[in-house]
Parts: sequence; C-alpha cells; structure tokens
Amino acid sequence: METRPGYDFSSLSGSLARYNIALIFVLLVIGASFVSGDFFTQRNITNVLRQSAVVGISSMGMLLVILTGGIDLSVGSVSACGSVLVAHFLGTMPVAGAIPGAVLIGCAMGAVSGYLVAGRRMPAFVVTLGMMTIARGTAFIVSKGQPILVGANGQFLNNFGKGLTWGVANPVILMLGVFAITWFLLHYTAFGRLVTAIGSNQEAVRLSGISIAWYIFATYVISGGLSALAGVVNTARSGVGSPVLGIGMELDVIAAVVIGGASLMGGRGTALNALLGVLILAVIGNIMNLKNVPGYHQEVVKGVIILVAVLFQSGIWTRRT
Amino acid sequence: MADYAVEMVGISKQFGGIRALDHVSFAVKRGEVHALLGENGAGKSTLMKILSGAYRRDAGEIRVAGQSVEIGNPHVSRRLGIGIIYQELVLAPDLSVAENIFLGDLPGLIPWKQLQERSGAILKEIGFDLDPKARLGDLPLAYQQVVEIAKALSKDVKILILDEPTAVLAPPEVKSLLGLIKKLSHRGVSIIYISHRLEEIFQVADAITVLKDGRTIGTVSPQEINSEQLIDMMVGRHVTELFPGRKRKVGEVVLKVEKLRFGKKVEEVSFDVRAGEILGIAGLIGSGRTETARAIFGAERKGSGTVTLNGKRPSIRAPRDAVRAGIGLVPEDRKAQGVVISLPIRQNATMSMLGRFLAPFGVIKTKTEGRAVQGLAKRLAIKMRSIEAPVNSLSGGNQQKVVLAKWFGAGCRVIIFDEPTRGVDVGAKAEIYRLIDELAAEGLAVVLISSDLVEVLGMSDRILVMSRGRIAGELQKGDFSEANIMRLALRGLQQDGKVTH
Repeated sequence: METRPGYDFSSLSGSLARYNIALIFVLLVIGASFVSGDFFTQRNITNVLRQSAVVGISSMGMLLVILTGGIDLSVGSVSACGSVLVAHFLGTMPVAGAIPGAVLIGCAMGAVSGYLVAGRRMPAFVVTLGMMTIARGTAFIVSKGQPILVGANGQFLNNFGKGLTWGVANPVILMLGVFAITWFLLHYTAFGRLVTAIGSNQEAVRLSGISIAWYIFATYVISGGLSALAGVVNTARSGVGSPVLGIGMELDVIAAVVIGGASLMGGRGTALNALLGVLILAVIGNIMNLKNVPGYHQEVVKGVIILVAVLFQSGIWTRRT
Repeated sequence: MADYAVEMVGISKQFGGIRALDHVSFAVKRGEVHALLGENGAGKSTLMKILSGAYRRDAGEIRVAGQSVEIGNPHVSRRLGIGIIYQELVLAPDLSVAENIFLGDLPGLIPWKQLQERSGAILKEIGFDLDPKARLGDLPLAYQQVVEIAKALSKDVKILILDEPTAVLAPPEVKSLLGLIKKLSHRGVSIIYISHRLEEIFQVADAITVLKDGRTIGTVSPQEINSEQLIDMMVGRHVTELFPGRKRKVGEVVLKVEKLRFGKKVEEVSFDVRAGEILGIAGLIGSGRTETARAIFGAERKGSGTVTLNGKRPSIRAPRDAVRAGIGLVPEDRKAQGVVISLPIRQNATMSMLGRFLAPFGVIKTKTEGRAVQGLAKRLAIKMRSIEAPVNSLSGGNQQKVVLAKWFGAGCRVIIFDEPTRGVDVGAKAEIYRLIDELAAEGLAVVLISSDLVEVLGMSDRILVMSRGRIAGELQKGDFSEANIMRLALRGLQQDGKVTH
C-alpha cells in the first residue's frame, strides 16, 4: 500500500489533542472563577489541589499501565491497604520503617498482578479485578474493619500531611514530584520509550530483542507502589488509616488518564495530560460543590464528562486510521 | 469513439501543501485489463481512492460509461459498479465462504440454502469449485482472494480494482489469479490492476498507464515496450542493474541449524550459512520458511532443535537471546512486526541496540543516539524530513529501510530477511538489494527468504527450497532456474496428491 503523501496527519491531530486538554483546563478555570466568586480564593485552590493529590499520585502509575495497553482496577483497594498498613506499622515502628513498608507491600501486590498479566498472559482486567478484591479484604483484615488512628510515632506523618512548603501543601508537592519523575521517565529513559512502544506494537518491540514481559511487569509494580503511597498520603492528611478509602477511586484515576487523552488501546498518553485530567476532574467537582450541586447529580455529570472525553478521542482515532 | 468503462480526466488532489495528483488522466475500456504502474507515492492509491469514493477530488471529471458522475462516498461508487480489492484482505476468517461472499447484503434471517447455491454458482462461473460451506480461514490465501473477488462479483461489478493482489501469493497461486483476471475481462469486466511485479503485468495487461510524482507519464501497450523501458518510465532514471552481483568472499560457517522443529510447520530442518554468503530460501506460502526463521530467532515458543553460532550454542528462548547472540530478523510483515509505525524513525532505528545509548538509570543519551541514527539514515539513504518524523510518514520502501537500520548498527553476525522487498517499489528494491549485498560483503551470514523468484535467483549464492516444513532440495549457482525451484517446491506436495493447481 502507498503512504499518504508526505503530510503528517497523525501528529497534527496529536498536537491538537495536546493543546485541547491544556486549553480546556484553562477555559475551565476561567469559567469557574466566573461561576463562583469563592473559586479563586487561596483557601479553595489549596483545597482543590490537596484533594487531587491522592488521585494524582495514583494516576501516574495508571498512566504507565495504560500506555502498555493494560489496566489496573486494583488502585483504590491498594491505596486503602497503603493507608491502613502505614497506620498499623506506626503502632510498632518509626516512620522510616512504616512508610517504605506500606509502599513495598503495594509494590508486591502490583508485582502479583504484573506477573499474571505479563508472565502468564492473563487479561489485565480480570487479574486486577481479583487483586482489587484481595487488597480490599487485606485492608479490612489488618484494620479489623475499623479506622486506625495514627499514634505518637506518626507525628512526622501528620505534620507532613497538614503542613505547607513554600506555601504549597506537602501532598501537592509530592504529587508534583511523582509527576516530574514520570514525565522524566517517559521523556528521557529507555523504560518510558519502550513502555509506549509496547503499547503501540508489542510484536515489533519483542522482535527487536526486548523482553516486553519485564516492562509490562514493572508498570504494575509501579502502579501498586504509587497507589499505596497515595494511601499513605491520605493517612497523613486525615490522621487515620481507613480500610474504606478509595472505593471507586480506580474509576476516577482511569477517567483522569483518559480525559488526559491517553488511549486505552495503549501507546498514547503523556504525564502532563494525565495530570491535567486529574485537575480537570477536581475543578469540576469543586465547582459543583461550591454551587451546592447534590452528590447524586455530581455523579451523573462526571459520567457524562468521561463519555464526552472518550467520544472526542474515538473521533481522533477514526480520522487516524 | 472507444467504449470506455471509466474515464478520469484532469484529476487533481492536494493534501495540505503536498500535491498528490496533478491533472492525471486515465481511461479504461470495457473488458480491458489496465495496469496502473508507478513507484510508491506516485499517486496510484490516491487515484483509486478517488474512484472508489474514499477521497474527493479537487479538480477534474470522472465519467462512468460515458456519464459524468460525482462520487462523493463509497456507496456511490458501489452503485456505479466499481469494486475494489485491497492488498490486505478484509474478510471474516471464522465465517463460511458463502457468508463472506454475501457479507454486507445478509438479510436478518439467513436463507442458508439459497446463499450457498448462489455462492457456489458464482464460484463455478469463475472456475473455482470451492465449497461454500468451508470456513474461510481454512482456505489457502489464494483462495481467500478468490472469495474476495467472488464477493465483488456478487455485487454485479463492472469495474474491478485490484491493489497488489499478488503480493502475498506464491507463483502457482499467482498464475491461477491471473487466469481468473483474464476470464473476467472476457466477460466484459474492466480491471484496473496495480502491481509492482512487471512480469505479471506483461502477462495480463492490455494497456499500461505509468504515474510518477502525481502526474501521468503515459499510457502504453505491453506489445510496444519492454520491462526495462517501463522501469525507466516509472523511476525517471535508468536503473542499470537491479542486483549488485558483486564477487564476495565466502568464509567459515557462521550459523548452523540442526533438526529444527516447530509443530507441524517445521520438521527436521538442518542447514548452515557461511560468512559472506547469501543463502536463499524459496518455497510456496505455507511451506514453513517464515516459521523456520522465527524458530531460529526464538520468536516461536515451542520450537526445538540446535542453533550453533560461530561454534557456540547459545540458548535461544526469546528474540532477546537471539539478538544478544548476534542474530537479526527482518520480519515478513513490516507494519505488524517490523516497526512501531506511529513512533519516530529515531526510536525505531535504535530499538534493537538501545543498551548502547544508555547512561545510568536508563537515561538515553539523546545526542549520541541522534548522531548514530543520522549515520544509519545516511548509509541506508532513507528519504525523510528528519529522524523525528514518524515512520508512517515514509513511503513503503523507506519504512522497510528503517527496519533494516535496526540491524545495521546492532553488530549482528547473521541477519535473516523474510520477504524484504514485499510491496516496495523498483527503485527502493535495488537499494535494498545493494544493502543486503553490502552486509554480506562485510562478512555477515545472510539468509534471504522470498517468494519473488527473480529476487532469490538474483541475490543468492545458494538456494534451499522448502516444501511442507522440510527442505526439499538445495540448488547450487549452476542449477539456478525458476523451473528447478518450482519443481522442488511442488515435489513434496505431489507425493501426497495434494496439489490442487
């Protein structure tokens, strides 16, 4: 077959999508400040950002998984595990042991999913659905179904969660740090390049002599670790390890990544757009709160936004192929 | 006035800043087989997409049976009796032959009996006695193509466009397809035939139109031109020698394959290749050539047998092991296996040797990599805007060169080429041949798998012919001929009485 004559349509629609998301975000923020005078207060902005930190940290792991063409439904439950475990460990351990312990167990849960998906070639949807239930159950077992209050050992954690650095809430700084590392990974390292390539054409990457299973495995480990870290951040903010944290969070995280223009088929998506996706969802939620839109109505609006985002994307797809 | 089935007059089409078609004129008589020839990017596909309603023209006129028509979408072209068959078949392998033929016209409740009778009738009419109840995926590729043609005929097609129909077919299958095309044209169907294979065009075409850079170079009759003149028209320059035909020094055995097996597709294949040697592997589609290559390369999980490389026996369980040991593979399907088509040339070219450009923490040394890719692009003469351009912005031949680039810098000792010039135009073909020859001259061992007999005969120092998963025979340079290859390729089949042609 012939190629289309030298004009590069795919990068055109790509850049259109890229600017669209940033543009939508800017318009949304401008719109928000008109809709509600309370939006642009420092207190509100800090609030929005702080609330988006948990989803934001987890979304970077999800982005990597989705780039390979996979999905991780366990992120909400794993974050509950992270939240409960860090509070539990703090009962007997100092912070320096409790946080890495909770995050490593999150990594281990991701590793189990990653092994089954990459090594045993099981469908990611089913594997992580199973892990979702296992992680939730584990969180309830560890906490005996009750929230765990963070004790004296966790003073540092509490201070971190509630404190500011250069006027920005610490959890937000952590989210931006995770974003920066993910961005760097995707832009400058072999890992990021190959993760994207695997999502575009697994067979071509494999036949280039690359062990694709290892890379796919690694994305699930990272997703598990970051989700547990998100849970730790939540505990830091609230002072409580909660087994019911993050119920339905996986959908928010996936929605954020998809609104950010990532393709669920893999191979397309950037860290910046995923972060913008998180912020877009957070701002929309915030406006509705400020305007006293009832919770059930908010759910409907959120669903519609996700559908519109996917519809927009599929439009790009048909033009591309 | 001749009786024209379709006339395209002064057709122009612009994509962004690029003029894809510039006042192209082209006319096909009723019952004529008209070949459309040109390098990749010459505008053949764009012209056919305009005729089939996939694109709209910017200027010009289209007349079907003398009537000026407006083809705004594919439905219109279908109603006008224009059918198009693409290189990649668009059939449902799990459905029966009959269902495939009437796919798209199936009523809610399927009248099975009637469907099968009508499909059977159409197939018989074009001389193929296929079982309408057979599952399509169980048929050889050539017969699937016949089903595709039957499907077009079921819609009462008057003009049939075939876009490289023989690219995936083996010689005997090509022969039967060409026979079918002749038969259709005698029935009054006009055929527009796009192919890069000149010998086919001389066999089947009544007229040849050559396009280059979006313009019509001319329409000629095959009686008044030879293939060399045709190539000159297509490339606008004189391609003196398609094959380099250089004397190479053949050295020690580099790759030794013993008792290679893979399911029922490869049974006990043993051979060796020497440094500086090009070993051709010929055979029909499905004879196990590709599977042999994939088993050596570790791409098939259940392959067995021993592979010795420079006297050592690396354990090859995945492509990664093969690449580490110094084996490269240019796979048969460029888009599905060769490149990640949406990614830049840079990322594709170094995928097989990324380890060489890594700083600590897996950070890519972009500058060093960029220089290396520039060097490769220059050596392989890849025509591109920059190394950051995505591979899908390149022509087929240049895409294939990106696949070659992956192995040029990777320090391989053996490279296996599986159909390296499929769907590639003549100019790029000659360049790819030169590059393969260069690799061999540098002392690499080269395995060349090809269905293009001219190519295997022109490039190889020695040819193995495979049939039904085994090596049916080996030909030395003195015995090279198409007849000898075909005799060996068919031998295994005839013994089983399974030959259908």
